[in-house]
Amino acid sequence: MTAALDGMIAATAPRVIRERGQREVFCGLTGIIWLHRKIQDAFFLVVGSRTCAHLIQSAAGVMIFAEPRFATAIIEERDLAGLADMNTELDLAVSQLLERRPDIKMLFLVGSCPSEVIKLDLGRAAARLSREHAPRVRILSYSGSGIETTFTQGEDACLAALVPELPTAPSGSPQETDSRSLLVVGSLAEVVEDQFRRIFDDLGIGPVHFLPPRRAADLPPVGPNTSFLLAQPFLAETARVLEERGATRLPAPFPFGAEGTTAWLAAAASAWNVPNARFLSTISPSRERSRGALARFRAELAGKRVFFFPDSQLEVPLARFLATELGMELIEVGTPYLHRAHLAEELELLPAGTVLSEGQHVERQLDRCRAAQPDITVCGLGLANPLEAEGLTTKWSIELLFTPIHGYEQATDLAGLFARPLRRHRDLASCA
Amino acid sequence: MRLTLWTYEAPPHVGAMRIATAMEGVHYVLHAPQGDTYADLLFTMIERQSKRPPVTYTTFQARDLGGDTAVLFKTAVAEAYERFQPQAIMVGASCTAELIQDDPGGLARALNLPIPVVALELPSYQKKENWGAAETFYRLVRALADPACARHTGGRPRCNVLGPAALGFRHRDDITEITDLLDRIGVDVGVVAPLGASPADMARLGEADFNIVLYPEIASTAARWLERTFHQPTVATVPIGVGATRDFIAEVARVAGIEVPAELAASASRLPWYSHSVDSTYLTGKRVFIFGDATHAIAAARIAKDELGFTVVGLGTYGREFAREVREAAALYGIEALITDDYLEVEALVSELQPDLVLGTQMERHIAKRLGIPCAVISAPVHVQDFPARHSPQMGFEGANVIFDTWVHPLMMGLEEHLLTMFRDDFEFSAEAAPSHLGHAAAASPATLQPATPQSAPESDTSDWAPDAERELRKVPFFVRGKARRNTERFARDRGIALITVETLYHAKAHFSS
Repeated sequence: MTAALDGMIAATAPRVIRERGQREVFCGLTGIIWLHRKIQDAFFLVVGSRTCAHLIQSAAGVMIFAEPRFATAIIEERDLAGLADMNTELDLAVSQLLERRPDIKMLFLVGSCPSEVIKLDLGRAAARLSREHAPRVRILSYSGSGIETTFTQGEDACLAALVPELPTAPSGSPQETDSRSLLVVGSLAEVVEDQFRRIFDDLGIGPVHFLPPRRAADLPPVGPNTSFLLAQPFLAETARVLEERGATRLPAPFPFGAEGTTAWLAAAASAWNVPNARFLSTISPSRERSRGALARFRAELAGKRVFFFPDSQLEVPLARFLATELGMELIEVGTPYLHRAHLAEELELLPAGTVLSEGQHVERQLDRCRAAQPDITVCGLGLANPLEAEGLTTKWSIELLFTPIHGYEQATDLAGLFARPLRRHRDLASCA
Repeated sequence: MRLTLWTYEAPPHVGAMRIATAMEGVHYVLHAPQGDTYADLLFTMIERQSKRPPVTYTTFQARDLGGDTAVLFKTAVAEAYERFQPQAIMVGASCTAELIQDDPGGLARALNLPIPVVALELPSYQKKENWGAAETFYRLVRALADPACARHTGGRPRCNVLGPAALGFRHRDDITEITDLLDRIGVDVGVVAPLGASPADMARLGEADFNIVLYPEIASTAARWLERTFHQPTVATVPIGVGATRDFIAEVARVAGIEVPAELAASASRLPWYSHSVDSTYLTGKRVFIFGDATHAIAAARIAKDELGFTVVGLGTYGREFAREVREAAALYGIEALITDDYLEVEALVSELQPDLVLGTQMERHIAKRLGIPCAVISAPVHVQDFPARHSPQMGFEGANVIFDTWVHPLMMGLEEHLLTMFRDDFEFSAEAAPSHLGHAAAASPATLQPATPQSAPESDTSDWAPDAERELRKVPFFVRGKARRNTERFARDRGIALITVETLYHAKAHFSS
């Protein structure tokens, strides 16, 4: 842990508001939009309703026209009425699809609210279809339904479904550092992956693998000698099943900002017994560069008050970054789900008395937000324009998933995402 | 089960949202799982509404299913009533809630709210968005129109204008255009609905002498009921195009029993003259493929043939409810209508026909782009750019002006592009040449005529790129890569760095990013 962070450790635990009511959030199907870009020979077939197809279409924007690797098998009246055997229908849809797309090596059957309420067993369907289409295509299943998952939890469910497929890493005694490997978990932009890989190489940490891989054939090995770092905070289930396979999680804050990235890398360095001097000499140029660039944003953002609506589970780490590295003030940090173990290091770094909220009653949360009149409100696209029209400045949160924001080199991009709406608000003041 | 990538229409509850969002003083409580709130962003982002849609979702999750989702629903209705104080409330289920079989209507009525509660049955696994909108509007009209409402007396003839809704393609501006046209015909507008109407407005639908259905997909069911209940005739001509607008004026005058001012019947649009001007001669016989909702597709075909002199080679719709009308229209052009909601079928037909112009929805725009064919958008579904800030109706005489420009523009562009490609090897048109209005200072010498990759043009003679830095640069998205290269080279030059490494690249990025 770095000295800069030590000084900010909260004296008291954060207060948590727990609420139930309307949740203005996406379901886990949305994760497909970025996951399919990441695993380049995988296809995601949602088994659901027209609503599911329409959701994906609305969230994917123009991507839908580029022959993307996702689709929906829409359940129809005749399926529900028992006129057609749904498993036969599904097999037919899968065959049709694989015929059309011979380049596909991995197919995910993605469960939705309708498919789960009618108890269509996609796990069994995946096993059956896998036998039929082996070895050309591996077929897996997971749930992206709104009743089971919120937004980014779709990625968690997808990666967790991949874990049983991972090859077993060579065993060896824990003393032989040769047999150890590091697994970075959570889909990252390729440029970010490459940056991290270079740093780990320079630190002498390796071999390093990433989950998800870029290609279905490159599944990383896992075993008792695997240590893993979570790159995203929403991977509870994936972490659990990795631990079941003997892998060990390296506790760390998430790699956002100069200090978050340093602490995240330090967790691996300390597990690999990298001497402190070597660690510092390796990361210092990047950290200093990042710190210097962030200082300019700090001058602009310090003291600004921010309110987070729940969306992606990125809220706590991002709030920590905004508070500790940019001097912003946290009014309320909403998250759909608060994983206390995975966020332990983050929660310690939050300023004393930070108010967190888990779950949502959107109307009451809007009341609190309006009463607080934050300088910037982080929220989804359904709320952003209406709040702007009320005079609040907003940052729409989905961009935080689509933009590379991890690591040293992206720290200023991350700060920029919050600075831009404020600058715009200021620049347009005269024409309001 | 049907394999689907693109859907022309949303599920029917989104149709209901379009009605609720269009109106004032109505609230919709939707029994739906967590995640269905995604539909809000259609209204706040695509249509850029400044208010949230008046919809409360129960957003149930798996853990609620074992318990009492019915209680969850009743709580949501009670809270929505208390918070929003609507004059009427609509209740219904989305596709998943339809499967769990709570009864939204019964549950809401059990609360004994002092306002009308309109229960919607929208079969999600059979029907789609437009049907949902029509059914919802019809249910609201039935529930809210006051049966004792007396016909107005005295003054000019009065009509209701029915059909405009939220997320409607150009509905906002069509209303302005048609209201103004009716005024000039000598007819007053009683109620415009659902767009802008409150339950109190709906109560006085019976005051009008007749109804105008602007968008049959949404309003014809309700209009038929009003015809039976209040004996109000329906004007069914949709005034898109000069000819159709003239027919519309004639029909309104006949139904209202008035004479139309002579100058109004004459052309008030520039389309006829523009289309006659010699500049338009090259439009003659251009082969056009038309696809969209039935109303816009049928109207477009008439304009294409009669007003622009195109040849209609394909006509179709995704709206099965109006398949008969489209088949009849297609017969006028000696072709067979394409009735499908599968965009792959549309794409197959377009590539087979190879038309000169495609008129369609957002999807046809992309099909046409892929096939390199000019295209204009005439119907929903549309993206954000087709909810423009400027006044751009499709209906009435100004609508005809808008249509002329919109359809001819891509053809002119297509022609320009064609010429540019043809003369690509001429030095004036090469990729290296500066635009002509910048003068000749930057004009390329014949030596640069060889096809050169634009990115590889040397920008600096002082710095070299290390191979790994060059590779890293290629990871920057193409649309900012040029800027990244220039910034990095400037950064290196200013500091006398001879070899640009990955480190230099990121030093520069950090330097310039603030």
